[in-house]
Amino acid sequence: MNKIIDKIQFSENVFQLTIEAPRIAKNRKAGHFVIVKVGDKGERIPLTIVDSDLEKGTIDLIIQRIGVSSRKLVNLNVGEYVDDIVGPLGHATHIENFGTVLAAGGGVGLAPMLPILKALKLAGNRIITVLAARSKNLIILEQQIRDASTEVLIMTNDGTYGDKGLVTDGCEKIIKQEKIDLALTIGPAIMMKAVTDVTRKYSLPTIASLNTIMVDGTGMCGACRVSVGGETKFVCVDGPEFDALKVDFDEMLSRLGAYKEIETEANNNCKVE
Amino acid sequence: MSEAENIRKARRSEAWRDELRKAISVKDRMQIVRGKMAEEAPDVRNKSNIEVNKGFTKEQALVEAKRCIDCPTPTCITGCPVEISIPDFVKQIELGNFIDAAQVIKETSSLAAVCGRVCPQERQCEKECFYTIKKQGEPVAIGNLERFVADYERENGKQTVPPIKKNGMKVAVVGSGPAGLSFAGDMAMRGYEVSVFEALHEIGGVLKYGIPEFRLPNNVIDHEINYLKMLGINFETNVIVGKTLTIDELQELGYKAVFVGSGAGLPKFMNIPGENMVGIFSANEYLTRINLMGAGREGYDTPILKGKNIAIIGGGNTAMDAVRTAKRQGAERAMIVYRRSLEEMPARLEEIHHAKEEGIEFMCLTNPVSYIGDEKGKVKEMIVQKMELGEPDASGRRAFKAVANSEYTIPVDLVIVSVGVSPNPIIQQSVKGLKISKWGTIEVDENTMESNVSMLYAGGDIVRGGATVILAMGDGKKAAKAMDEKLSAK
Repeated sequence: MNKIIDKIQFSENVFQLTIEAPRIAKNRKAGHFVIVKVGDKGERIPLTIVDSDLEKGTIDLIIQRIGVSSRKLVNLNVGEYVDDIVGPLGHATHIENFGTVLAAGGGVGLAPMLPILKALKLAGNRIITVLAARSKNLIILEQQIRDASTEVLIMTNDGTYGDKGLVTDGCEKIIKQEKIDLALTIGPAIMMKAVTDVTRKYSLPTIASLNTIMVDGTGMCGACRVSVGGETKFVCVDGPEFDALKVDFDEMLSRLGAYKEIETEANNNCKVE
Repeated sequence: MSEAENIRKARRSEAWRDELRKAISVKDRMQIVRGKMAEEAPDVRNKSNIEVNKGFTKEQALVEAKRCIDCPTPTCITGCPVEISIPDFVKQIELGNFIDAAQVIKETSSLAAVCGRVCPQERQCEKECFYTIKKQGEPVAIGNLERFVADYERENGKQTVPPIKKNGMKVAVVGSGPAGLSFAGDMAMRGYEVSVFEALHEIGGVLKYGIPEFRLPNNVIDHEINYLKMLGINFETNVIVGKTLTIDELQELGYKAVFVGSGAGLPKFMNIPGENMVGIFSANEYLTRINLMGAGREGYDTPILKGKNIAIIGGGNTAMDAVRTAKRQGAERAMIVYRRSLEEMPARLEEIHHAKEEGIEFMCLTNPVSYIGDEKGKVKEMIVQKMELGEPDASGRRAFKAVANSEYTIPVDLVIVSVGVSPNPIIQQSVKGLKISKWGTIEVDENTMESNVSMLYAGGDIVRGGATVILAMGDGKKAAKAMDEKLSAK
């Protein structure tokens, strides 16, 4: 049982929870995630650790209200408890001074990107972040991302904020201006696929942090498997970060949709309540 | 002679045992036919989670116990990985002292009701029974008797704990599966303060996430775990040693030694085309979703895919659990696809028999070569080829090879791959210098179960790479004995 210490709403469907988990706070590094379960009959879902406070023994999680399990989680209030949190899981991000890093993030993917940007900046990298969303009101963590980046380019599909265009447009613009040493992309799979198509064109080494379906998160079930360079890898124990140029994003997208019909039904059932 | 043997000898010489032996002649005992547990009807049970085996009745147990001739040198014990004093408990049953019988088992095993259900007795104690080795007859139904007394105690007795003298030393256990539980029980009895750290949100490891309720009901496991809690063992869920707490941190917290029973984590796949399509699971995932997460049951959030045609690849006990679970999930056609023949199948005969009764199809000498999906990337067909057997290989099992041009297609909605597991890598990744085999298992001294890292012991599937509940328990027992000797010598 882990107590919720703080709760912030970033946008209509995006929330940040600060939760007591002293052991996880102590051992986590950028790139690590946790598995969270709400209620006796809840589902186990993976969430990236956005930040931690060693002194208070807390971790921050950012959650997009999207399905039954995320709704249950964001419905919890300060002072209430999350039944199960386990972690830190996965490999921490490999941090070194690469030079100039292009970071492309979208939607709630900015949450897992934030700790990585902070660590990369601390290691001396120059960081140019392309922060993308459909519309201005969906942009989260803007100030934190600005603090962790050297430069920020904001892209919105509808042009309500920053430049009008897609994340890929922003990336191409930066790549044409600057010599990029490493590209990093975190966000919806379809976005990471599009960003990788751009960086591949310019032969940029690219890292993607994958957010697949998981059950146990410790390597036991293989629900999270993806093909990377033709080999099957488990995101939970081999990842979550991989060479994006080798990831089979089409396969990943299809696996992410495995329970779509069931989930839509469950969501509809919830709305009736 | 070992201490245990001396105790057994002394018990066998007690007056009541002598009288009991004389009460019925060996010849008459041998006339009694081996009893058979009642079973739930196949067409009822394959639609529910009801336990298949009903267990012996009191009358059956009393009769079966008479079959045991109380050998002067009981060979059955040599077949048991934890060396339960089999004649001692069987003769207590014959006398009607069921609670005393349970106490005898508890001296060596903390999980009698579990072992009575899932041990392959036909390859262990019952294989070494007098009837099997001397008479080529049907052995005493030791497993069924063990289950009977454990169930009897659970339903009729009060759980009582023996007096324990605490020694003030702390030891840690990684994983709450059979290896960890058996180790923890033995160390608690020896007076240690034991903490068990479990990665999942439930205690029990493979007993909970892997073995289905129709074979091992959760309340049976929970009762045995409750007994371990009464022994003073502290259980902590949601802790991954190596991640949440490091081995170094355990030492800082005052733990003098660590036993790793973290199991065979990673499911193997065959690496054939299309294997990552939607609708293809590892047996671990399929069983975990249903057994641990309650998928498919009212009120549970974890989803599960359903299908009319479900193929399970493999022939082990896990494959049997998965295929029988698939049937219970509503599959019209639940099939075992196995590359060797029925004779080579590693699953227990009882499981194969039960599966057949429940309407499971067995496609032996058949191996998948690739999968074909629909436009959404979900599997719809499986291409298989026929196999033929050759000469026995090094392991004694017959080799197999593909029959040329024998491919054909089977329609499938779901495929469950159950071709084995490899060890969970988390501990190995987090302990510097730990000696690992080329299979990724932790290397240990086979007499003490200690690894090359001092005071780090391991047992069960993390050492064996995929074995049985009882062998894991035997490892836990052996490690407890060796660790205790080393710690108390300090």
